[in-house]
Formats: sequence, C-alpha cells, structure tokens
Amino acid sequence: MGSEFVALGLTPVLISAFAGMACALPGNFLVLRKQALIGDAISHVVLPGIVVAYLLTGQVSTWPMMLGAAGAAVISVVLIEMIRRLGRIEYGAAMGVIFTTMFAAGVLLLEQSDTSRVHLDVEHALFGNLETLIWLQSDGWGSLLDPLSLAQLPPQFFRMVIAFFVISAFTYIFWRPLVLISFDEAYARTIGTQATVIGFLLVVLAAMAAVAAFDAVGSIIVIAMILCPPATARLLTNDIKTQVFLSLILALGATLIGYVAAGYLPLWLGYSNTLSAAGMIATVSGLLLAFSAIYGRHRKRVI
Amino acid sequence: MLWAALSLSLGYNATLVTLGASLLGAAAGMAGTFLYLRKNALISDAISHATLPGLGFAFLVAFGFGIDGRQLLILLSGSALSAALGLYFVNWLTRETRLTQDTAIGCVLSVFFAFGVVLLTIIQVIPAGRKAGLESFLLGSTAGMLYSDALLILILSIITALVLFVFLRPIKLVVFDQGYSETLGISVRRVDFIILMVTLAVTVLGMKIVGLILIVALLIIPAVSARFWSERTNIILVTATLFGALSGYIGSAISAVSPGLPTGPIIVLCCFGLFLFSFLFAPKRGVLAVALDHYRFQKAVHLTQGLLSMAAAQPIYEPKTQRLLRRLGYIRADGVATETGKSLAAKTLLNEKRWSYWQEILKESDQLDGQAVFNLMDIETKLTPDQIKSIDQGLALKQGERM
Amino acid sequence: MMAGVALVSDQGVRLGEAREPGEEPLNIRGLTVSYGQVPAVYSIDFSVKSGSLMGIVGPNGAGKSTVLKAAMGILPLISGQVTFFGKPLKEARHRVAYVPQRASVDWDFPATVYDVVLMGLYPSLGLLRRVSKADKAKVAESLAKVGMQDFVDRQIGQLSGGQQQRVFLARSLVQQADVFLLDEPFAGVDAATETAIMGVLKGLQEDGKTIISVHHDLSTVSTYFDHLFLLNRKAVAYGPVAEVFTKENLSIAYGGKLAAAQLDTMGL
Repeated sequence: MGSEFVALGLTPVLISAFAGMACALPGNFLVLRKQALIGDAISHVVLPGIVVAYLLTGQVSTWPMMLGAAGAAVISVVLIEMIRRLGRIEYGAAMGVIFTTMFAAGVLLLEQSDTSRVHLDVEHALFGNLETLIWLQSDGWGSLLDPLSLAQLPPQFFRMVIAFFVISAFTYIFWRPLVLISFDEAYARTIGTQATVIGFLLVVLAAMAAVAAFDAVGSIIVIAMILCPPATARLLTNDIKTQVFLSLILALGATLIGYVAAGYLPLWLGYSNTLSAAGMIATVSGLLLAFSAIYGRHRKRVI
Repeated sequence: MLWAALSLSLGYNATLVTLGASLLGAAAGMAGTFLYLRKNALISDAISHATLPGLGFAFLVAFGFGIDGRQLLILLSGSALSAALGLYFVNWLTRETRLTQDTAIGCVLSVFFAFGVVLLTIIQVIPAGRKAGLESFLLGSTAGMLYSDALLILILSIITALVLFVFLRPIKLVVFDQGYSETLGISVRRVDFIILMVTLAVTVLGMKIVGLILIVALLIIPAVSARFWSERTNIILVTATLFGALSGYIGSAISAVSPGLPTGPIIVLCCFGLFLFSFLFAPKRGVLAVALDHYRFQKAVHLTQGLLSMAAAQPIYEPKTQRLLRRLGYIRADGVATETGKSLAAKTLLNEKRWSYWQEILKESDQLDGQAVFNLMDIETKLTPDQIKSIDQGLALKQGERM
Repeated sequence: MMAGVALVSDQGVRLGEAREPGEEPLNIRGLTVSYGQVPAVYSIDFSVKSGSLMGIVGPNGAGKSTVLKAAMGILPLISGQVTFFGKPLKEARHRVAYVPQRASVDWDFPATVYDVVLMGLYPSLGLLRRVSKADKAKVAESLAKVGMQDFVDRQIGQLSGGQQQRVFLARSLVQQADVFLLDEPFAGVDAATETAIMGVLKGLQEDGKTIISVHHDLSTVSTYFDHLFLLNRKAVAYGPVAEVFTKENLSIAYGGKLAAAQLDTMGL
C-alpha cells in the first residue's frame, strides 16, 4: 500500500466511491417515487448525447460531451413525460419507447461517423475506463498534501467530487419538499409545493450524477448505484433519514469491496489479469442487496 | 440493392435473416402486446440485460470442456438460463421484500449486466475469447452470420411463433378478461408464465439480430404504437404483430445491403418511425386528434355555459367565456346580449332542457351511462323528430304540473 | 346587478342564490372537468356558507372527489372558477387544508406518524427552519385531538386503515386552516374512527371552521352534516340538509338505482 497504490489505485477508488454516492443519493427518492427505472433510461441516453456533442463540435473534449449527455438526459425525460401525458401511455412503456430509440440512434450515429478513430465506442460507454484514471504525478501518500501534484489528478476526479457536493447540497436544502413529493404529491401541491419543478430537478440531478460518473465508470454502474444501495437501505431501516445515510455507506462499501475484488481476486486465484472494476462494484452492490433481502430487519411489508 | 433485399433475393443468409427478423418482430409484437396490456412492459428490459452473464458463462463452460464456445445454440441456451434466473429474482424480490417491481427490475438488470461484463473481461483474456465476438450480441450483428446460425434462428422463431399461436386463446382470455377466464378454470399464473417464457424466447433469439440491449424496443414499441389505433384488443394485437414484422423485415433488409450498419438500431428506428406516425396521426387517440377534440370540447363547454347563463340572465364571470361570446358576436363589447346571441341562448336552453328530460327518461329505465356530454350536441341532430316531439310533450306536461 | 336571482337547475330544482364570488369559504362556478372526452363533472355551481359542515353526496362515479381535486388545483379544469374566501387558491392557500383519500398514497413509506403530521407545517417551516418546541407541541396537540397521541413514533406502515385516516386528519389540523376539504374520510375505516373523526369535525365547526367532506353513506347524512351538496356529474342541489335531502332530489341524483325501500329507512 505505498506509492504504487496512490498512483494507480487511489484515484479510481475515490472516483468510483464519489460516483456511487452521487448516484445513490437521488436514487433514494427515485425508488420511493416509483421512478426507479428513470435511472435506467438516463444511463441509456448518455451515449447518443455524447455522440451528438462530438458530431457538432468535431472533437472529443470533455465539456461539450458532458453537456451533450446532460442535454440528452433532460430531453429524454421531457419526451417520456410528453408521450405519457399526450399519448396516455403508462410510464414504463413510455420510457421503453424513448430510451431504446435514443440509444439506437446513438449507436447508428456512432457507426456512421468516424468516432471509432478517436476512442469513443459503445463498450467504453457501457464499461467506462476506470483502470486508466491514474495519478502518475503522485509520489506516495505525501502527494496528497502537495498542491502541485494534486492539480495533476485526473479531471474526472474533480468533476465527480463537484457533482457529489452539488447533489448533496440540493438534497440537504430541498429535503422537505423531496420527502413530501415522494410520499404524497397531490397533498404537496395543495400546500403550495412546486412538485413538478422539484420532481424535475431530482431527475436532472440523477442525470448529472450519471453523466459525471459515466465517463469514468461507464453507464452500467450508474443504474446499479442509483438503485441497489437505496433499495438495500430500504430493507434495513424504516426511517428515511437513516435510509439515505445508509445508502451512502452502502455505495461506499460496494465500491471498496468491488474494487479490491476486481483487482485482487484474480491474483489470489492465480491469474495475472484484473477484472472489470466497474462491473465488480455493481456486482457487489447486488450481492449486498441480496443479503439484505434475505436478512434485512425491515425487508417485509407489514401489511 | 435494397429492393433485392426486400424481395428476398440477396443470397441465402440474408433471406433467412430477413425472414427470421420478420418472424421475430411478429412474435415480439404479439408477446409485447400481452406484456403491455398486463402493465408489465419493462420486465422485458430485465430479461434482456440478464442474458449477458449466461452468454459469458456458456462460453466459459464450453471452453472448459474443449467445445467451441461460439456454437450459437450453446450461447443461446446459457443466455436463456440466466435470463430465467434474472426473472426469478425480479419475482422473488417483489414477492418477498417490500421493494416494488420497478426497483426489482432495475436492480436485477443492472447487477446481472454488470456481472456479465465481469465475465466478458475474463473471456477477453482467453485467446479464443477475443475471437468469440461476444460483443456482437450487445448490439446485434448479422454480418458474417453462419448459414447454420441463420437457420437456427429461423427455426426457433417459427417454433416461438407457433407456441404463441397455440396458446393465443387462453392468453387473450386472461389478458382481456381475467375474471371470466378464472371461471373457465384457466390459471392466470400459468398464462403469465407462458407470456414471460415467450418473451424470454424472443429476447434470446433476438440477441444475435437486434442485440440484447435493443430487443426491448421490439417488445415494447410495436405494442405501444398499435394501442393508438384501436380500443379493441384483437385489432391492437394484429396491428402490433404487423408493426413488429414490418420493422424486422425492413430493418434487416436495409442492414443486409449496408453491412456497416448494425441491424439492431436500424430495426429499432423502423419501429420508432411507426410509433411516431401512430402517436401523431392515429385517429381518436393520436395526439393531433386528441388536441383538436380537446379544443373543440373546451370551446363547446364555454359556449354552452355562456349561452345558458345568458338565457337565465345571469352574469358571466369567466373571461374566456366572455371573449368567446364576444368574438362570435353573441354579446357586445359592453356585455349586453345581441339579437343573435339572445335567440341562440334560447335555443341552447331548449336544447339543454330537452336533453335533461331525455336523460331522466333514460335514467328511469336504467339505460343511462351518465353521459352529460350529450348536452353539448344539438339534440335535433341526434334524436328522431318523433322522439323530440314526445320530449316536448313531456316538458309541457311538467311545466303544467308545476304551475 | 344580477345578485338575488334564484338559480334553478335544469331539473327545475332550486339550487340557491346566485351571488357574486363573495367571501364564502369556497365558491365554485361553471366548473367542468373531464378525463378525455367525457366530463367527470359538468358545469358545477356551488358555494359553502361559512361555518357549515357540508357533505358532498352522489352515486359512484358522480365526480365527488373530482370536485375537491379540481378545487385544490390537482386536476386541470376545462372551464370554471374556484375561489376560497373570494380569492384564488394561490392567495388563500394558508386558509385551506385538504385531506386526500387514504388510498392515494403508499403507506409503506419510511416515515413515522410524527413525520407525516409535521408535513402539515412545511409551509410555515420553509426549507431549512428548524422544528421548534412550539411546532412539536402543535403536532402533539393535533394527534391528541384525533386520539393518536400514543402513536407519535409509530411507523406509518404499521397503522390500521382507521389510524392512517386519523393521521391524515391530524396533518390537516396542524395547518390551522379555516376551511377543510376531506375526500372520503370514512372509506374503509372502523366505527370507532368514524365516530372520532366526526367528533373532530364537529369540534372544528364549533370553532367557526368550514368543513366539506365527500361522503357516500346516505344513512348517516342527516346526522353528520348540516349542509349537503348533491351531485351526479351535474349539480343536483345544494343547501341545508333539510331542504336538499329529499326524495325528489335523491331520485334525480341516483335515478332508479336507489330503491324505495332504502329511502324509507332514511325516513324520507
């Protein structure tokens, strides 16, 4: 656990930990609002978002792509809502129409453009490239105190940290309306809560977490982290504050265990290659859910 | 070239794939309609993503036994098994815990998919694994498909479609009238199981052509599109089947002539084209029709209410009603009724009274389904002169009683 | 200028006085709400006098809940104007409390009775203000009024239907509103709860509050309410129970569905 870990392991662990927590936080409310699958939809439309951003700007640079992905997420949510209301179609089916179509369009645009030259492909979008987020400028743990080498941290790290803090701040400030619209939206409206606005902001923040996480850890981990930690936490407690807090701990735990398992499990088994860290983290979050579904104190409905 | 593909004269493989994709689309449209009507559309998302670990596992096991793991039948069997396992977990989580089904679907699909990715990273390391091209199952690829593969997909698609056809009657009964089907002794659980199994078969078969991420589209979009065209479930079913088949047919034909294009996305976009057309232009349920109806209805309500207020010499408070009456020249700018307005108001009042009396008659003979909307139509266009005559007599009689 | 004209419904039943939207706790005119092309309620006019305890009664699917939801701005209107104390809901929100149907929420929500009742104080608490001792006292007081003081920390999923309904009522009580709109407060609750809720409502009325409640049990109408709004998609009649709760009106509202025997048991 020396300088090698700081250079190669520390940043991926931290990035995925912040990614997991940033996703889990809005996930709590999405699960309670029965909008769990909006996370699924968002993570699928990130791909067309970045492809379109690339086609428009002609280059693979971060900010246009982030904006493209966020834009695609917002557009998909608006379209889903539109189809649901105007076409009187149930929520799940409306989501199914939009995210598959947008994903298909993304794949097609990707194949038609020359993006394959510039390291932008479907697999990257799905699996992320956690393993490449290294901090070569570091020189052991001491570098954590050295501003110069800190500045050399991968930019994904800063984006993820910022996203996490923005989402945390939103959750803290709008805690009451968030709880209220999750429990009783009609009542919330009657006492003057801007339920539509808050509900939309919640989805936008989930999209923000998904987009910031996507570049580093890929979109599969995003759905897992939006849903698994909150679902696990729900089975462990009956108090919403505790649930949200627990979901953060669980996201953190899944990240640490998953990352270590991906890196060291094969080594212990005598293989020299590592496994997909993002995949392992999501798998661990699923195992934690399975565990709480069997042993969780509050796993059953009372009535 | 495209014509050659559409007319199935572009070589043996392409023809088989096109036929297979059309059949698959038809089966998906059918199964999807049942899922949609059972309000269970997104379960297909869980099924499809849950195939990935099975795909990887089947390859690894086959590899371990020294069999060529690329054998399509082996891969598909593995996928089917893990999809079934995923389905089981969704049901288990929903039944045994307090989690709702959407959460269970999301958790299972993401975790299964992620575990599949982990397996893929193992396979990548094996030299044979790199060549296996398992990634092609993510987005579908018919390019370079073996003749035996195409034949296998075609045969299995035929079997799936046949199974669905055989069970069509009990499934339709359960979907359309659960209570009645139970009295006939048809097990709802068993029918639900059959629907899910057919969905599973469609998903697994579609993996090679459409890809496991996008097969969901084929199961959801045709059914949703067909819903716009009719209220009658039989027609929805047939329309969805046609839409699915058409998407599979055109999509695979297009991609047959341009091998660079992945088949799955093209098929999905064909699906979406049909959806968009239905969504916008379908009569009655289409967005344009609904918007137009809503506008007309709102106008009729305001007009009738305004004219009735005028007839009763009551003030009109709503600005919207006032604007409408003014625009049509029924009241003057200062709010006083014009001559046309007065006569129309009297006519509307008479219409209203006649409708109300007619409703009372219906109500007494228990034929009324409570449709106050009648009042907005001109009764003389809806009932026969004889009926109106008897209504007027009844009204006169009532008036006499009260006097 | 038109004030004082008697409103007569198309069935020839006196509806009451047509007035300018005045200071009544709730005044609705020309309300039409539709789901698709079929109006759920059509051209409704009615108002409530201050201090009345009014029941909204009508057959299933008559649009009783729809009227309340539309008044509370939860449903979009095709036409119509709704005022509370002469003002639109936006400006009178603090004076209005709404109690939704118990079945409209998922009670398997990770919250306690205290958490839910506290929601009634959210408008005054804002986003971040801490819950003061006085706020907690208000919650406790409301819970005591509905007889739920011993359940403060109970998980809401563990409550019986009647207890859940009392919690909803307590939540509206902490709002300290002047008019209360209740949607089917007696649906699926035990007899004790029904009595308790009725006691609370009568108490509110004694304090000068106005209560409007959707109700579907005709046999208790005359004992529970002093005013009545009879509805079947269209307004049939409204006013004091003695004037409105008549055989004639009921047969208009319910049609042939209401057997004569039923009417006899109600002493009509």
